[in-house]
Amino acid sequence: MALNLVWLQSGGCGGCTMSLLCSHAQRLFAQLADAGINVLWHPALSEESGAEALALLEECAEGRQPLDILCIEGALLRGPGGSGRFHLLSGSGKPMTEWVARLAARAGHVLAIGSCAAWGGVTAAGVNPTQACGLQYENDHPGGLLGAAWRGRGGLPVINISGCPCHPDWITETLMALALGAFGAQDLDSFNRPRFFADHLVHHGCMRNEFYEFKASAHKPSDLGCLMENMGCKGTQAHADCNTRPWNGDGSCTRGGAPCISCTEPGFEEPGHPFHETPKLAGIPIGLPTDMPKAWFVALAALSKSATPRRVRENAVADHQVVVPAVKKTGLK
Amino acid sequence: MTRIVIGPINRVEGDLQLTLEAEDGHVAAAWVSSPLYRGFEQILRGKHPFDALVFAPRVCGICSVSQSQAAAEALADALGLVAAPNGRIARNLAHAVENLADHFTHFYLFFMPDFARAEYAGHAWHAGIAERFRAIHGSAAETVMPARAAFLTALGTLAGKWPHSMTLQPGGMTRALEASEKIRLFSLLRDFRRHAETTLFNDTLESVAALDSVAALTRWAAEKPRGDFGIFLDIAAELQLAKLGRGIDRFLSYGNYPQAEGRLLPSGIWDGGLRTLDAQAIVEDVSHAWLAGETRHPAQGETRPQDGKDAGYSWCKAPRLDGQPMETGALARQLMAGHPLARDLVAREGANVHSRVVARLLEIAVILPEMEKWVWQLAPGEPFCAQGELPQEGAGIGLVEAARGSLGHWLSIEGGRIANYQIVSPTTWNFSPRDAAGIPGPLEQALVGAPAGEGSLAIQHIIRSFDPCMVCTSH
Repeated sequence: MALNLVWLQSGGCGGCTMSLLCSHAQRLFAQLADAGINVLWHPALSEESGAEALALLEECAEGRQPLDILCIEGALLRGPGGSGRFHLLSGSGKPMTEWVARLAARAGHVLAIGSCAAWGGVTAAGVNPTQACGLQYENDHPGGLLGAAWRGRGGLPVINISGCPCHPDWITETLMALALGAFGAQDLDSFNRPRFFADHLVHHGCMRNEFYEFKASAHKPSDLGCLMENMGCKGTQAHADCNTRPWNGDGSCTRGGAPCISCTEPGFEEPGHPFHETPKLAGIPIGLPTDMPKAWFVALAALSKSATPRRVRENAVADHQVVVPAVKKTGLK
Repeated sequence: MTRIVIGPINRVEGDLQLTLEAEDGHVAAAWVSSPLYRGFEQILRGKHPFDALVFAPRVCGICSVSQSQAAAEALADALGLVAAPNGRIARNLAHAVENLADHFTHFYLFFMPDFARAEYAGHAWHAGIAERFRAIHGSAAETVMPARAAFLTALGTLAGKWPHSMTLQPGGMTRALEASEKIRLFSLLRDFRRHAETTLFNDTLESVAALDSVAALTRWAAEKPRGDFGIFLDIAAELQLAKLGRGIDRFLSYGNYPQAEGRLLPSGIWDGGLRTLDAQAIVEDVSHAWLAGETRHPAQGETRPQDGKDAGYSWCKAPRLDGQPMETGALARQLMAGHPLARDLVAREGANVHSRVVARLLEIAVILPEMEKWVWQLAPGEPFCAQGELPQEGAGIGLVEAARGSLGHWLSIEGGRIANYQIVSPTTWNFSPRDAAGIPGPLEQALVGAPAGEGSLAIQHIIRSFDPCMVCTSH
């Protein structure tokens, strides 16, 4: 029996769907079908429109049509004044929050697609004008629209495929693992993110690692150096595998010269400092690498800075290599 | 007179609702509603101006680079900064990749699947179209989606990732390209050209770009063995799509792709003839939006939700130029650029379902060869990003073209923070509600006279011919 999948979008940008369509699977839909997933409705991709689409959602909400996997993209908008009227699902006159709650009550599994659906994300930034929250979290507080105690028919809490956007593989591999019966509670981290990507740090595999080792830091946009000390990069703290599982071929934010803004983490949208600047106390970045005691970091940084080769030091503040690695004349030992 | 509410309207970006009044089976009046509000303009207030580079792309998952480009230009304007030539070219490349990928996505995944619907089963072409274009299951998607994904790997190289890149900067790009990466980009462009020339056009891009009249287009469609564009032209002729969704025939383009001098596609307005655009003549009217306030120029614009406002029926403001609604998109861009086919299409039957889609595909043929030239203009070793000082007080404007039309950002800075940030998106223009004078928006006017009814595919074709992006619309 194929698993029926319904996808809905609310307070977001649709970017996670666009990211999904960047999947390198040669035949994305065929691959999902092969794993036993039937895409019952997706707002950007399906044929059914208007009344047909509403009828289909109503059948799922009433339990007449089995709903196995519910994917929600975008934050849940509880405003204004708790009414949910910042997003009435078109044609229905009903708040999307109400539709999501009804459908979630029937679903085998619920997936939060992207950081908006997981925590509130960018839509909850600033004054949070729409009272946006995630499905089962509001920022890093359990709760959200469905409440901390909610569990799907399959026994799992909402699976938070966070990211802004999320990587296409994070979506497809979670879906396929669920469909193939290879995903359980042990596969979720403490924020209910799939561990296959969340047990890594963005720092892992970062191309700027030699600059990091020597604390040879970028000072301005387009510099090649490490982005942690000055440019706001949180790659040493953010949970994701962006530099070992590249984006759009060979990309990642840090490879592109942009700092990691930790978009898989709850609350990333309000870091309390400009995104492009590293907050510091007495010249030391406040956000130290995960699992690294401060005293060690300070000692190592001082030592490595004093030992920085000229090549690394000069390239760090240039936008292309100004000193290339020396070529040794004899065979390497 | 019957009243029909249609929604959710799918295969557009975001959520859209239509209310139609029908008389004798045809639309007598239409009201277009954007039922989702997120409040980006409220969110951005008080933030560091450079934070706009993080938030702006996230307004929209499909025109993300366009939003970045508009934010980068608005900031550059406020900083008085001119982008490094390499950075300007790299940004143009990133922007054009997104725009062309959008045209592709729109045609194959959003627009064409409607012709595969069972309602058209009586037509001789239906079985073939259904096999090729049916939503999710059509065979076209099997080659189109990998081709699109491969094309977008150019943004992995240029921009780190897509969507939501942060490499686009006021001074250029954070990513300085190397000589070998120029080769890789060039080969990606050539791959996409090959796909377009074999699958979409079954002809060279240059031949398609050289079509200089409706007569030449008709001749070409009859002579060339069928590519997907030819298939569309056949269906369009049979279903008379040129008679469907006639627009207001007033067009706007901000122009796109800055060069050392001017823009590759010039800005302008078209009102039976080409006129100079005066961006000062733009206002946003909120009379029929669920928003408080009064009609203002975007530089002084405000965004204050007012739930339950009696006259309101959308979260979308109504932008007007010289008091008039304007249609924006690929057809408008090619009109301003003086493309003879676009000029002839509009001279004969204005903007309609046929001419909007033709212009979009024409643009692939026109822009891709330009991109191939841009790659060779990149000079590795020269700077990719100019640096500037952020003023404590200032203002800036960023006017660009997303795939679906004119996108403007208006920024003001006070005390080193964003005092106001206003975004007017392409679909804000095209799908605007009525204004205080009661003038309906472009789609609202284009729907009048179309066959009405919940299941009317004509309505669906008209909506999608604009390639709407609803998340941008009300942001």
